[in-house]
Parts: sequence; C-alpha cells; structure tokens
Amino acid sequence: MPLPYYVSPEQMMQDRAEYAKKGIAKGRSIIAMAYGDGVLFVADNPSVSLFKISEIYDNIAFSGAGKYNEFESLRKAGIQHADVKGMMYSREDVTARSLANGYSQMLGTIFSQEMKPYEVELLLAQVGETPDRNELYRISFDGSIVDEQRFTAIGGRSEAILTFLRKELSEQCPSLKDALILCHTSFERVSDSKPNLEGLEIAVLDRNRKGRKFRRVLLQEARQILE
Amino acid sequence: MPFETPFQASFSLDSHSSFYHYLSVHKPELLPMAKWHNLINPSISPGGSMPTQVPPLPHGTTVLAFTYQQGVLIAGDRRATEGFQIASTRMEKVFQTDEFSAMAIAGAAGPCMEMAKLFRIELEHYEKLDGQPLTCEGKANHLGQMVKANFPLVLQGLVVIPLFVGYDQKRESGRIFKYDITGGRYEETDFHAVGSGGKDARNSLKEHCKKSLPEQEAVRVALRALVNAAEEDVGTGGPDVFRRIYPTIKLVDHQGVRDVEESTLASLCEALITRRQDE
Repeated sequence: MPLPYYVSPEQMMQDRAEYAKKGIAKGRSIIAMAYGDGVLFVADNPSVSLFKISEIYDNIAFSGAGKYNEFESLRKAGIQHADVKGMMYSREDVTARSLANGYSQMLGTIFSQEMKPYEVELLLAQVGETPDRNELYRISFDGSIVDEQRFTAIGGRSEAILTFLRKELSEQCPSLKDALILCHTSFERVSDSKPNLEGLEIAVLDRNRKGRKFRRVLLQEARQILE
Repeated sequence: MPFETPFQASFSLDSHSSFYHYLSVHKPELLPMAKWHNLINPSISPGGSMPTQVPPLPHGTTVLAFTYQQGVLIAGDRRATEGFQIASTRMEKVFQTDEFSAMAIAGAAGPCMEMAKLFRIELEHYEKLDGQPLTCEGKANHLGQMVKANFPLVLQGLVVIPLFVGYDQKRESGRIFKYDITGGRYEETDFHAVGSGGKDARNSLKEHCKKSLPEQEAVRVALRALVNAAEEDVGTGGPDVFRRIYPTIKLVDHQGVRDVEESTLASLCEALITRRQDE
C-alpha cells in the first residue's frame, strides 16, 4: 500500500501564504487616511463602474484588494452582518471592531482549512466622533489584523506606500486637500507613472454628515478640492 | 452578540439584494410577521371558525399624502388608540425611508413600526449591495410584497396599511402609492388618506388640494385636513397647543426629504385655531 503523500504543516502554510501573496501583489493599492473631518479612501481603480470602496454601515466603510469575486462576497457578507445586527440591537451597536473580528475569523478559517486561501486584503474604517476616535483595520488573507489610527494601505504596493507615508505625513491631521494630494503622490512614487485623477476612486466617511457618513467623491468634486 | 455566521450563508449563487429575502432564508425568527404567523397559525383549522381576535392593542390612525408644486407632502397625526383609550399622544407615523422617499402607516402600531423599520433597512441594504438605489417604482412594488407577506396577520386583526410617497427623479415629480391589505398597489395622482379619519381627511383634501400649491400653502392644507379629521373622528388627534404636540409633516422633493419645523407648525396651527374662532 502506498503511503499517503506527506507535507509538513509548515510547508503547507508557507505554500498557501506564498500563493495568496502572489495573487494580492498583482492587485492595485488602496489607501485610507484620517483627515480633519473624517476618513479619506483613495483607490487606484481605472474602472468607473466596478468599485473597490463601499459603504458597510452608517460610519463604516470597506475596501478590498486582490481577487474581485472574493472581496466582493466578503463585502456583501459584511453588509448583511451589519444590517442584521443593527436591526436586532441598535444602529450604534454596529462597530468596525466586531466586523473586523468577523472577517479575521473567517479569513483565518479559510486560510487553514480550505483548498485555496483567499487572495485578498481588506481595509475597514470607522469614523469616530472626534479625530482620535477613528479606527482603521487592515486584515490579511490569513486573518491577521493590524489596527491603525492615522493611515493604512492595502494591495500590491502597500508596503512601499506605507513607508512613503510614514516619512511624509506630519503629526497633524491633514486637510482633505492635503490628504488627497498625498495619496495621489504616493501612488506615483510606487509605480512608474502617476495615475491621473480619472483613474482614482475616491470616497470619504465624513463625520459632519447626518446618518450615513459615506459619500463618494466624484471627479468634478475632486478637481474642486485640489484647486 | 457572539459573532454569528451569516458570512457563510452568503456564499451562495443566489445573490439577492433583498434584506427581507435574506432574513426569510437565514434568520426567519427575526421577521416579525413570520414569527407571529407561526404562533397564530395552529389555531386556524381549514374550513373551521376564525380564531379569536387579538386583545386590544395600540392603533395608529390618520395619515395623508398629496402632490404639490415641487413634489409630494406626507403627514400624519400623533395619536394611537387602544380600544377606547388613548395609548399614545406622541406617536410618529411618518417615516423617512431613504433619501427620496417616505412612508406613513395606519393600523396596528407594533407591526406598523416594525414594517417601516424593516422597509428602511431594506432600501438601504439594496443600495449598499447593488451600488445604486432602487427606482421609485421598484420601492413601491417592494413595499407591496411586504404588505402581502403580512396578510395572515390581517386575519387576526393586525392590519397594516401603508401610504408610500417618493420623488421620482426620472419623471421629476412626486408620486403617491396606496395599498390594500392583500398587498395590491395603486398609484394615486393627486391625494390620498388612510386610517380611521382617512375619509374626513380626503373630503377636506378634495376641496383644497391642487397640484400647483406652493410649499407653504401645501403645509396649511395638510394641517387643515388633519384638524378636520380630528374633529370628526375620535381616533385622530388634533394639534395640542398646550403640550406642543403637532402633526408630523414631511416634504419630499428633488432635494430629498425634509421635516417641516416644529416652530413653523406651531405658528400655522395657532393661525388655524384663531381663524376657526373667528368663523
């Protein structure tokens, strides 16, 4: 009788991680950055109809990098979870922390138990009532979470972007204009060509809005902001 | 709450954008109607007698809607009755459901509010999943389905009759939809009112309501219709100037939904009362 083919757990996990990383490395990057009035999301996304940034709940936004069908199903699951929870309890009880935990559990389980890990990285942000109350979460394919307060990035060039931002971003919370310029420049730094404004998907969680804080910033408005 | 796993459930091919559908498949216990239905249903024997009616419970009464120059107005009184008692004097029966629509409800207060809440989540859920809001027509049809799902409860006396208004951005006009208890959907072009004082409010609207009414005048007409209904019907509450309880009035136009301020309502109500005294 032939022996079953043995692969050590270390080797298996390493192979899976490499596979997932390779998939994510192909994806374009997304940055989330706290600004004076909320949180800004900027994605390098030339498509005008397929979005990478989306609203999850009143003050929570989601964005995914990597394989589209995978982060899209995660996005939907997040919205369903948030809406059920908000209906069962109250709207204030829906938090990014619990969603991030849910995503982490799920990606972790898929990473260790399924045939193929998800080739995605997620970014979840919740705008707080004051700037020091913002929460940003970055969740990786294996379920690991990193939480930040000021900025974070996901996608293929995320490490390079983070290094650049750590150097460039001052201690003070930037204005919307400065934040947008900085995000735009960092895309330029990590790739060969600067994506023009048309190639960016921009959205904000604006704490001054009543109720649902999420808002897409269309091209015309982006031009006005940069003027 | 312990992290439930609706996550797993969503990995199916049927990608409905309906929250109502999602609940009915994955969390039926959260649907108020489904749960009640199961509780009540065993008592219905086929061909047998009707089950006993539920004991008295709060009922909301008159709500109305009509189109005016810029869009559509929707209003309701604030009284809820429980048999011959007044259950509440400050009940809200008019709800904003999304940026360009609102609904008002008459009937059993509990299921009414539940339906309004669910419908609001439903519209938001669809918008988030699909990336764009439903059309005005789509919203109206969907509400009809929810009313239809409530039908078993109607047989128990838990009637929910909504009135739905929306600003149709394509047609650039306000629209009114009324429903019957089976979920039948009918569009009204000018005005409609439902609830125990609905008929009186309609009579009043018939006299004063015109499509060309400017905003301020429309608010006046709505107030007058509600006052007339309150005078004729015990279930409808008029404006209470002592406690500062005024009807709820919402305006839906191309800019969205907005409330008529309480201060405006107060001065209009007082003007109306003085005029009545002089008459």
